[in-house]
Amino acid sequence: MRIKNLLGIRDLSNEDILQILDTAVLMKPIMETKNKRTTYLMGKILVTLFYENSTRTRVSFELAAKYLGATTTNISSSASSVMKGETLIDTARTLQAMGVDIVVMRHPMTAAHRLLANHLNAVVINAGDGINEHPTQALLDMFTIREKKGTLKGLKVVIAGDILHSRVARSNIWGLTKLGARVVLAGPATLIPKGIEKMGVEVYHDIKKAAVDADVIMGLRIQLERQKSGLFPSLREYNMLFGIDEYVLEAAREDVLIMHPGPTNRGVEMSSEIIDSDNSAIEEQVTNGVAVRMAILYMLTREGVS
Amino acid sequence: MDRILIKGGRLIDPASDTDAVKDILVEGSRIVQTGSGLNAGDATLINAEGMLIFPGLIDMHVHLREPGFEHKETIESGTGSAAVGGFTTIACMPNTNPVIDSPAMVEYIYLKAEKEGRVKVKPIAAITKGQRGEELSPIGELVRYGAAAFSDDGHPVSGSNLMRRAMEYASMWDALIISHCEDLELSRDGVMNEGDMSTMLGMRGIPSVAEETMVAREIALSRYTGCRVHIAHISTKASVEMVRLAKAEGVRISAEATPHHFSLTDSAVDGYSSMTKVNPPLRSEEDVEEVIRGLKDGTIDAIATDHAPHHRDDKEVEYTAAAFGISGLETAVPLAVTHLLRPGILTPLQMAERMSLAPSKLLKLDAGYIAEGGPADITIIDPEAEITVDAAKFVSKGKNSPFDGMKLWGRVVHTIVEGRMTR
Repeated sequence: MRIKNLLGIRDLSNEDILQILDTAVLMKPIMETKNKRTTYLMGKILVTLFYENSTRTRVSFELAAKYLGATTTNISSSASSVMKGETLIDTARTLQAMGVDIVVMRHPMTAAHRLLANHLNAVVINAGDGINEHPTQALLDMFTIREKKGTLKGLKVVIAGDILHSRVARSNIWGLTKLGARVVLAGPATLIPKGIEKMGVEVYHDIKKAAVDADVIMGLRIQLERQKSGLFPSLREYNMLFGIDEYVLEAAREDVLIMHPGPTNRGVEMSSEIIDSDNSAIEEQVTNGVAVRMAILYMLTREGVS
Repeated sequence: MDRILIKGGRLIDPASDTDAVKDILVEGSRIVQTGSGLNAGDATLINAEGMLIFPGLIDMHVHLREPGFEHKETIESGTGSAAVGGFTTIACMPNTNPVIDSPAMVEYIYLKAEKEGRVKVKPIAAITKGQRGEELSPIGELVRYGAAAFSDDGHPVSGSNLMRRAMEYASMWDALIISHCEDLELSRDGVMNEGDMSTMLGMRGIPSVAEETMVAREIALSRYTGCRVHIAHISTKASVEMVRLAKAEGVRISAEATPHHFSLTDSAVDGYSSMTKVNPPLRSEEDVEEVIRGLKDGTIDAIATDHAPHHRDDKEVEYTAAAFGISGLETAVPLAVTHLLRPGILTPLQMAERMSLAPSKLLKLDAGYIAEGGPADITIIDPEAEITVDAAKFVSKGKNSPFDGMKLWGRVVHTIVEGRMTR
């Protein structure tokens, strides 16, 4: 790969993306072996630096690193120096001084990773920056779709919900459009950011119309605090207008793939029937997340390998 | 008495509608003679052939940071920066600590500027005590002490009733109210212009309507109260259009635009450099085009820098956490020459009007013109010089410039303040 860090899908070429997905295919079987330990990252130190709460993403990275033989350690925001007012640059310098090889960071501010990367020799991996990007989530989503459908090209992928605040949606839009999928967004006008059509997507405010002939429907977590800031009247109304249920599914293709980055609010953005249906790939997304992260760790720590 | 002879330059004086090659003789703090073929044996000679001779430039929107934030700028460094930038008079905003909202503070700025300043400083006082938007400052007394205008810049007066009362009250002295138009409820936690660029970059947007709703309010209040109201750093298409219509109707409204708002669009934010973080934010191409149109047709009266120096600690952080503001005094002339003068959008006379005469009139100063007997405030500009901006070399303590490294046209060769060469 021509990149040193993974900051966002926007920076990746089509070849980069496909190379990561292909490598993940090779990584996935490692998770199914009896002795889940390889030596590809032996002697490498990975730090997860999380300025926002997260369990699944952090654990997924830690396990991916451990399956590859790396040593991991975790800094979470409550224990970190942020509380003591240290700047991100100074935190970067401190980590550098301790000889860290890979920093996986989640940060509430957009592009914080670029600042970190500018001051670190270590590999920086974005595990979510503000409302901007969550590249590993999009890569695992693309991996899952490709695994199920064989390709991404020409597929109709519906992303439904709070697009405005969703870094998952943004990363997926960058990646899916690059690889030739048709991306359709559905959500209330208040949760669709201005000018998003310029990113090559279509926007619908009627989930059933959006879902017509969909190959994939991806739900996003809706947060209650959005109601308090006046973005929609109530979860009940949200569910009534935009909830993904069997009626929405009727419009889609029979083999439609149901996805969600988790954690889900059952009965809000998606009904339990849908989450637990045969069409749902939600659990497999989690498995694939580890495989994709293994691929990324492997590739970014292998200088000169392409 | 010190004498300076400026020979062979192109004298640009919008007050007398003069654009001609003329010599200028300065004696002490006044201009004593203008004409051709002037000679004066012992005078310091400035050969100004090929140069533009402007009345000293006036920047009506500067943050000097002193007192309270001397690590960002001081009156000494800020006026030094102004001199290098070609400004002979600057008006400073009251968002210091303490706020300029009392006679003592106005007096302090005048005294400090007299002692340490390299150019003339006119303090702008707060509209409300402490810029808190609760009670009026002693506007009458502040006028008496020499406050040049009134503004709660950066902390817009949100209460429409309070703003109405401020205008009614200020109109007793025909004082100028300068409004930083921003509906804080609409701008919220935005960090850049809201639009396809903020969406693409994944950053929270400040919508154009955050400015426009307040511009509309200020026009309505000015029409209703008769108060002179000046829109600071106008940045959107609809804002400019509203001011144009209001002026045609006779409303006593004026406006200024900053160099960054006529020379950069929000696409400059791509790359996430916090140097591009400014309030109001860099806007869309459509907005920039309208700001330029407004500067050309006079809807926008003045060019003002909104010079907002910051310490590197305030900028070397995440974009979201970085301070808003651009250090603008030392790039204003090259940006105006490059983006307005050379492309023929403004004539030299119009440029001198926007950067000197108009702000002088708005602030009711004895400046902004070149005439025998008038003040010897003169800026000499070489419009053909090519420069590369080097922010590290700014005299200002604020090195925060999105123009760093850029190649531009136009250099300030000399700045003469009351007959003294400050550059």
